Parts: sequence; C-alpha cells; structure tokens
Amino acid sequence: MRPRRSLILDTTLRLVFDAALVLSVYLLFAGHNQPGGGFVGGLVAGGALGLRYLAGGLDEVRATLPGRPWHYLSAGLLVAVGMALRSLVGGGAPLDQTAYTGDLLVIGTAKLTTATIFDVGVYLIVVGLVLLIFEGLGEHPSESPVPEEHGS
Amino acid sequence: MNLLLAGPVVLPLLGAALCIGAGRSRNAQRVIAVLTLTAVAVLSAVLLLRVDDEGTVAVQVGGWEAPVGITLVADRLAAIMLVLAVLMLLAVLVYAIGQPGAEEDHVGFHPVYLVLAAGVALAFLTGDLFNLFVAFEVLLMASYVLLTLGGRADQVRSGMTYVVISLLASALFLAALAFVYAATGTLNLADLSEKVAALPTGVRTGLALLLIVVFGIKSAIFPLFFWLPDSYPTAPSPVTAVFAGLLTKVGVYALLRSQTLLFPPDTRPGTLLLVVAALTMVVGVLGAVTQDDIKRILSFHIVSQIGYMVMGLGLFTVAGLAGAVIYIIHHIVVKTTLFLVAGLVEQRTGTGKLAELTGLRRLEPVLAVLFLLPALSLAGIPPFSGFVAKLALVEAGMGAEAYVVVAVSLAVSLLTLFSMSKIWSNTFWGPGPGTDSGRTLTAPRRALMVGSTGGLVALSLAIAVAAGPLYALSERAAADLMDTRGYVEEVLGR
Repeated sequence: MRPRRSLILDTTLRLVFDAALVLSVYLLFAGHNQPGGGFVGGLVAGGALGLRYLAGGLDEVRATLPGRPWHYLSAGLLVAVGMALRSLVGGGAPLDQTAYTGDLLVIGTAKLTTATIFDVGVYLIVVGLVLLIFEGLGEHPSESPVPEEHGS
Repeated sequence: MNLLLAGPVVLPLLGAALCIGAGRSRNAQRVIAVLTLTAVAVLSAVLLLRVDDEGTVAVQVGGWEAPVGITLVADRLAAIMLVLAVLMLLAVLVYAIGQPGAEEDHVGFHPVYLVLAAGVALAFLTGDLFNLFVAFEVLLMASYVLLTLGGRADQVRSGMTYVVISLLASALFLAALAFVYAATGTLNLADLSEKVAALPTGVRTGLALLLIVVFGIKSAIFPLFFWLPDSYPTAPSPVTAVFAGLLTKVGVYALLRSQTLLFPPDTRPGTLLLVVAALTMVVGVLGAVTQDDIKRILSFHIVSQIGYMVMGLGLFTVAGLAGAVIYIIHHIVVKTTLFLVAGLVEQRTGTGKLAELTGLRRLEPVLAVLFLLPALSLAGIPPFSGFVAKLALVEAGMGAEAYVVVAVSLAVSLLTLFSMSKIWSNTFWGPGPGTDSGRTLTAPRRALMVGSTGGLVALSLAIAVAAGPLYALSERAAADLMDTRGYVEEVLGR
C-alpha cells in the first residue's frame, strides 16, 4: 500500500537531496587529506537515500538510482580489490599507492591518488549496502508517510 | 612474494565481487568460486613450500614499514594452516554445490563463502593484532550469514547465541587491544614481542590471561565452549563442516601465535593451560556421550579435541607445539570429513537422531566406510592420522613430565572411541533394511558430494602415510614458534 505523501517533505527533499549528494562526493574526495573519505561520503549519500525512502517508500528509492543494489556492491568491491591487485601486478606491496597529477584546463591542477580510487570503491559499497538494506527490510512501509518519533 | 602473501586475501574478495555481479546465474557463481579457491590453494601451497625452504616471509601493506603499517607475514605455522584451510574450503564448496539446499537456494551463498575464505586467510597471515581483530570480524560477519541460511526458527535461535557470544568476545578483544596499546604503544606482533618483555610482570600476566579468554571463547575451550554445540548443528551441513573444521582452529591458531610470540618464557601460563586443556577434553567428551544426534555428538567432540591442541601449547616445548601442530593438521581434515558424512546421512535418511537410524550399511555401504575411517582416526586408532597426532602429543607430555594430562588424554581417547562406535553401530549397523527417507540424489549431485568427502578421507589417510615428513614439518614450525627471532627480524626488516 502506498503511503500518503507529505508536501512539506517532498519540497524539502527536492532542495536537500542533490545538495546532500554533492556533499557526499565532496567528502569522498576531501577524505584524502581532510576529514571525510569513502565511508563517510557513502553514509551521507545513504542518508539522502533514506530521506527518499521516508518520502516515497521503496519504489522511490528504486527509482532514484539506475541499476540494482548488488550492482553497486559488486562494482565497489571490484574497484577496491582492483586497486589492491593493481599494485600487486606491478610487483609492489599490496595497496601501495601512486599519485597522478593532471592539468584539467579550466578547473586547475588536480592530484589523484590510487587511494582515492580505492575510496570510490568503499563509497560504492556503502551506497550499495544502504540500498540493499532498504531492499531487504523496507518492503512494507508504514501507512503514515513519516514513521513515528520512536522509529527514527 | 607479494602476490603469494596478499593473494589468498585479495583473490577471494575479487571472487566475491564477481559472484555478486554474476547475480542470479548460479553456474557462473559456481565457476568463479571454484576457480578462485583453486587459485588460492595453488598460491598457498607455493607459499608453504617457499616458507619451509627460506623461512618466514613478510610484506608491508601499502609500503608502510612496520610497525607503522600493517604487515602480512607467513611463517611455517601460518602457511600450514592456510593450505589446510583453503583445501577444506574448496572441498566443502564442491560438496555444497552437490547438495540440494543452502547453496542452490541462496543467491548470497558464494559471495559470503568467499568473504569467509578471505577472513580466514587474513587471520592466518596478518602480523598485526588489530588486523587480526579485523580478520575475525570479517569471518564472523560471513559466518553469521552462513549459519542462518534458510532462516528456520531453530537456526535463528541458535544463531542468536552465536552472534551474542561472538560480539561479547569481540568487545573483550577490543578492550584487550586497548590495554595492549596503552601499555606498549604498538599493535604489530613482532614489535610487541620486544616491547611486552619490558612491561612489569603483573601487566604481562594480565594481558596474557585476557588474550587467553578472548581466543578461548573463539576456540571453545573450557569453560567458554558452551555456545558451540548449541549453534553449529542447526546450520546447513556444508556450513557446519567448514565451521567445525576451521573456525575454532582460527581461535587455536591465535592462541598459539599470541602466547608464544608476545610473551616471554617467564609469563607463559603453562600449568593453567594444561589444566584447562584437561578439563576441555573431559567435559567435551562427556558432553558427547550424553548426546543422541550425530551432529551434536560431533560438535561436542570438537570441544574435546581443542583440549589436545591446548595441551600441546601448555607444554611450551618444541615437542609439545609440534604435537599441537600435527594434531591441528589431522583434526581439521578429519572433523570436516565427519561432518560431511553426517550431512550425507541426513540427506539420505532425513534425520540425524541415533534413535531413528539403523542398518544404513545396506543402503549406503560407501558411507559406512567413509564414516568409519575418519571416526577411527578421530579416536586415535593406529594406523590412522589421529594415532600419529596423539602419539606425538603423548610423547611430548611424557617428555615434559606432565603425566596427569597425558593420562587424561588417553582416557578421553577411549571415550571418543566409545562415542564414535556408538554413532557407527547405531547408524550403519543394526537390524532392519535401513532408514530411508526416499530422497535419493541424482548421479552428478551424488558424485560431487561423495567425491569431495572421499577426497578428504583420502587426504586424512595420506596424512598418516606421510606422517614422518609432516611431523618433521610440524617440528620446524614449532621451533619457529619457540624461537621468535626469525619472525621478528623478518617483519621489522633487520
């Protein structure tokens, strides 16, 4: 049964959702030298998805992102493990990192380390896990659009 | 070298990622999982040969030198454990593919199983106490899922016991880590080995005891074993087999590693461990005698046999540790096999209760033999692998003049023989045409299940045949444990 939608929540969501995703990506890349990282970024993205869930239930979460939860899990794990294998194949220590510096015309100079790519994997895994939790436990949303206070 | 050490951890995770990606295509998952574990088996066998040849090897993860970074390190003991663990995981995986049930019905079986493999491999290879905690968590997370595959009420109930106990042990482990770090400022095992020696005796003893309790819960020694016979039997047979063969032995490995590497000879709690070992043997075997279900009897015997391994450790001599190592080699193979046969019996008859079973030898003569050989081996009847292992322990015990524990271990062997013959005569002997649920397997399934079980029986016979070289290997592994200089120097790069 579809819950009744709340106008206030829907409007707020429209403002907050994209901002939260941008913040999560910022945290992901900031994590190399500052507080943040793939795990935290993934959690913020998961929080944004949680808002979607509160507003529209499981269907809305499914409609938000392309693909199914396990695609994210698999891709994330592949990226992370791939970074470990990359250094092994080169004969280095596992998870050894390399930094690439590139000139991105307008934006300026950017430095990308393989540790950041590893973090992208972690980010994807966390997002996949959050999606999977909604998939597994979120199938019968309560009748009210917002769960009671004690439920949060 | 880097690939040899990191491969057993990284490859199963890669396999898990591919298995998740393969999604609902069970055949693709099977191919990926079997290939992954085969590759890991090859890697770990090469690693064992290399380590036995050249001594301990170490790799610094991320290129950060120890003690700052995480070290992966393999000495002979770790390599032996790794080879055995991967062989068991592979054999049980083949068995699980054959068996209708857990593997077929659950899309998550293969990924979770491979994560379990990664966790077990990491536990053996890590050279860092905190990383050991992580490895335990990885394999425990996977084991929670595997234990409750199927989601029956009794599985969830005993799964709860398992989860609560494991979480408690993890919390204690974390507290122990905090104490160790507060006292020494490092968690690298090799570095600790030097710094713990400088601590006051009281602190050292406290840390040693705390770690014994933590790993004691994980390896199910007296009096911390109560969760095991309750939680293992309800899981799907292949899962029980791999848990019985491997998980408690990871705990025993951690006990061996921490007690020999971290603490100098004067804080080694030898007498305490011997008392605990004797009690573990006796209580485990007495528990088994009172049970009437095959898997529950076998589960209690796991506890009893952990006692033998702890006895080898408690002697703190090269001979004692060598006995413990060869006992672990024997036990992992035999115990896994027995649970696999128990699974085959349940598959055929629909029950594991001794009271309801009879005369199965007429229907399944092959199973009768496949059960009898490892059962006799478990009881320590010559010429099987159990005899070799127990002989090594008894000789070590006599050498160290620990007569009481030797006497206990021999008496417990008799009781083990009693309960093995109870299972065998009840299930396979007896009057009647044999218990039959009418659930026969298709030929390919049967070939996979009986084939993998038979392979393990052959492996346990091979252990008995190759007892000489294997004991020599165990002795070299034990010598490594008693003399930690090689390990420390390799890790700290001196």
